[in-house]
Amino acid sequence: MFAFILSRVLQSLPVLFTVALISFAMFAYVGDPVAIMLGQDFTEAQRQALVKDLGLDQPFWVQFATFLGNAVQGEFGLSYRLSRPVADLIAERAPATLELALTAATLALLIGVPMGVYTGLYRNSWLSRFFLTFSLVGVSLPTFLIGILLILVFAVWLGVLPSFGRGDTVKIGWWSTGFLTWTGIKALILPSITLGLFQLTLIMRLVRAEMLEVLRVDYIKFARARGLPNRAVHFGHALKNTLVPVITIVGLQLGAIIAFAIVTETVFQWPGMGLLFIQSVNQADIPVMAAYLLLISALFVTINLIVDLLYYAVDPRLRIGRGQGAH
Amino acid sequence: MRKLLWATALACGLALGGAGADARTVRWAASGDPNTLDPHSQNVGTVSMVLQQIYDTLISRTQELGLAPGLATRWEQQEPNRWRFWLRDGVKFHEGEAFTADDVVFSVTRALAPTSNYGIYVDTVERAVQVEPLVVDVVTKRPDPILPNKIASVFMMSRSWSEKNNAARPQNTRQREEMHTVRNTNGTGAFRLTARESDVRTVMTRNTDWWGWKEEASRDANVTEIIFRPIASDATRIAALLSGEVDFVLDPPLQDLNRLRQAQNIRVLEGPEVRTIFLAMDVFRDELLYSDVKGRNPMKDLRVRQALYHAIDIQAINRTTMRGQSVVTGTFFPPQVNGYVKEEDVRLAYDPARARALLTEAGYPNGFEITLDCPNNRYINDEQICQAIVAMWARIGVRAKLNAMPLAPFFAKIQKEDTSIYLLGWGVPTLDALYSFQSLVATRNGEQGDGIWNYGRYSNPRMDALIERMKTQSGEPRNEAIREALRIYREDVPHIPLHHQMIPWAMRSNLTIPHMANNQPYFRWARMN
Repeated sequence: MFAFILSRVLQSLPVLFTVALISFAMFAYVGDPVAIMLGQDFTEAQRQALVKDLGLDQPFWVQFATFLGNAVQGEFGLSYRLSRPVADLIAERAPATLELALTAATLALLIGVPMGVYTGLYRNSWLSRFFLTFSLVGVSLPTFLIGILLILVFAVWLGVLPSFGRGDTVKIGWWSTGFLTWTGIKALILPSITLGLFQLTLIMRLVRAEMLEVLRVDYIKFARARGLPNRAVHFGHALKNTLVPVITIVGLQLGAIIAFAIVTETVFQWPGMGLLFIQSVNQADIPVMAAYLLLISALFVTINLIVDLLYYAVDPRLRIGRGQGAH
Repeated sequence: MRKLLWATALACGLALGGAGADARTVRWAASGDPNTLDPHSQNVGTVSMVLQQIYDTLISRTQELGLAPGLATRWEQQEPNRWRFWLRDGVKFHEGEAFTADDVVFSVTRALAPTSNYGIYVDTVERAVQVEPLVVDVVTKRPDPILPNKIASVFMMSRSWSEKNNAARPQNTRQREEMHTVRNTNGTGAFRLTARESDVRTVMTRNTDWWGWKEEASRDANVTEIIFRPIASDATRIAALLSGEVDFVLDPPLQDLNRLRQAQNIRVLEGPEVRTIFLAMDVFRDELLYSDVKGRNPMKDLRVRQALYHAIDIQAINRTTMRGQSVVTGTFFPPQVNGYVKEEDVRLAYDPARARALLTEAGYPNGFEITLDCPNNRYINDEQICQAIVAMWARIGVRAKLNAMPLAPFFAKIQKEDTSIYLLGWGVPTLDALYSFQSLVATRNGEQGDGIWNYGRYSNPRMDALIERMKTQSGEPRNEAIREALRIYREDVPHIPLHHQMIPWAMRSNLTIPHMANNQPYFRWARMN
C-alpha cells in the first residue's frame, strides 16, 4: 500500500510541474501588472524601477525558476494587487470556498441519491418524470443564470435570503466559519444550491441508471426469490452496489466544485478563493494566480489519490487482482 | 466567547434591521474594492473613495469641486517658489496624536518617495519646511500657480504613528512583508476605520471629534457608520439595492437605470463625471502597425483624421449606446476643469459626405483598413462605443477591425505603443487643464508627466511651448496659453473627442448625498432619514 501511495505521489510531481509551467507561460498574455500598478501617473524611470523590482525584466526561464524555487519553500511572494502575502490571502479565503463546496456536495448527495433511487424504482410515475425534466434544467442552465434567477426570486421578490456575501462569520483559530450564525447559514443557501445543482442532477441520473442496471441482475432476482422485503432488496442490495461508481464521481466532482466555484462566487460575491482568482486575473496579479492554480492542481491530484484508495477499499475484486498481479 | 457571539449577532441584527430609529448606517456597494489603504500608494478612484472618508487633506474640495479650507485654514504664494499654509489648531488624529506642521512635512515627503503613486500632485515640490508648529512652507522647484489644486489630493498622516509602525514610506511590492498601512489607518478625517477585510467589507464609524462637523455643509449630516462592501457582479449589486441589503450603489450599470428609476424607494442621481472619452491615433510612425496602407501613415494626414471625425454620429452614440448618459464634446476635458473654454468645445459636424470627400482628397477614395484597440471593462459601455464607431466608419469606406479586450492587456498593449488607433478615457484629478495637456498631447521628453499617456506620439512645438507656459505662469497669461492650446487641439485633431461620461449613482430614497463629479461620495455631507 505504501509503495502504491509513494508511486502516485511521485507521479504527481510532473503533473504539478507541467501545470506550473503552462500557467506561468500563460501569464504573459493576461496583461502587464506594471501598467495596472502604476495607475495614471508615472515617469518612465518609475516604470523601469518597478519592472526591475518585480523581476519582470528577467528572461522567462529565470522568472520561472525563481518562482518554483520559492514555491517549493511555500513562499509565493506578495500579491501585486493587495500587497499582502499570497499564502495569507489564500488561507483567508479557503474556509469560505471549502464550506460552500462542502455544503453544495452534501446537498447534492442528500437530495440526489434519494431522487435517483426513486426515479429508478418508479420509472413511470409522474413525480419521476418531473424530477427528470427538472434535472434537465440543472444540467443545461449555466450556473450564473441559475444564481441570478435565485437572487431575483428569493432576495428581490420574496426578500427572505441575502443576495450576496457570507453573512456574519465566527473565527475559530484562523478558520472563519459561517455555520455558527443565522445570517451565515442564510447566506449559504442560495450559493450552495447554485453550485450543487449540476452535481445533484448528475448524481440523480447516475444513481437512476445504476439502479436500473442493478435491478436486472441475478442477485436481485435471487433476493426477491428469497422473499426479502422490498426495502431490504432496494436499499440493502441494490443501492449498496450502485454506490461504487457514485463514490468515484462524487470524489472527482468535489474537486470540480472547489475549482469551479469561481462563477458562483462571482455571482454571489462569495469571498472565497474563486473570487480572489477572478479579481487577480482582472488585475494581472501573477503571484496569486500562480499559487491558486498550483493549489488546485495539487487538490485534484490528492482527490484522485483518495478516490483510487477508496476504490480499492470498496471493490474487493481490485484487491485480489492486484495481489495476484504483483508477482 | 459565547457572549461575544451573541454580541456580534445582535449588532449585525441591528445593522441589518435598518429601519430602527437610531440606525444611521449607510451600507454602500461598488464593483471594486480598494486594493490598499496606504494613503500614498495607489492613485486610483477605488482607493481614494474610501481613504477620503478617513484622511483629510490640507485643502478640501467643495461640493462643486472648488477649494475650501481643510487642515489648512489659509494658504498663500509668498514668493514665486514658496507656498505657505497656516494649519488648523486643535486637530487630533484618530489615535490621539495632535496634528502639527511636522506631520505635513512628513506626509509631503512621503508622497515624494519613489514608491509613491501620488508624485503628480507634488511634481514641482522640492521640500516642505516647518516654520512654526502650525505654519508650514512648501518650496517648489519652479513657480507653481496650481499647487493648491494638487495638494488638495495629498492625504495627511501622522509622523509618529507611521514611524512607529515602520510605514514611513509608501508600500513596496517587492518586500516580503505586509506593511502596516495596507490594512490600518490613522487619519484626522470624519470617519475612522473600525474593520477591514479586503474584498469583503470595510467599516468606518463617525469621528465625533472631527473639526468639520461644525461647518455649514456638514451640519445636517448624520451618518454614524459606513459599511462598504464590494459586489463585482452588476446584477447582484442591483439586486442587493432593490432588496434593501445596501443603501447606496456607486456604479449602477446603464442598462438597469430605467428599471431603477421606476422602482419604489430608489433614487437615481445623475451628474457629469470629470472624464472624457476619445480616440487617439499613431501620428508618428511612417507606416501604421495595423493597416493595409503600406509605405505611408494615413493618420499623419490631417484630412484623414478629420474624415474619421466627420464620420462619427456622436448624437446616435449618445442616444443609443449611452442611453443619454453622456455629454457630447469637441474637446478633451469637461467644464468643471479650470481652463475650459466653451468656444473651443466645438465638434466637427457629423457629415459622411464631407468625410468621403476628405478621404478622396487625401488619396484614399476606397478607404483603408485599420485595427481599433478598445478596452471592454474600463469605461462605461466602452466596447459598444467602439462597435458603433466601426459601423459608422464602414459607411465612409474605412474598414476598422475591432480589437476589444480587458483593461489589463489593453493598457499593456497601448503602453508599448503597439497600436494604430485606440479608445481612451481621461479623468482630471487636479481639475486643472495642465494635467490633460501635459499627459496627453505634450511631446514625451522624459520629464515627469510630459506626454506619458501620449501613445500616438502627437508632437507640436507650439503646443509644447504653451504647456511650458501653463506650468509656470498664472493669471491671464496662463489662461491665454490654455485658450490657444485648446484652439490648436481643435484644429490639429490629435484626438477624436467623443463625450464626457455621466455617472449615475443609485440609492435608497431615504439617503441624501450630493452628487460629485469626481465620482466620490462624501458621507460627511450625507443624511439618512
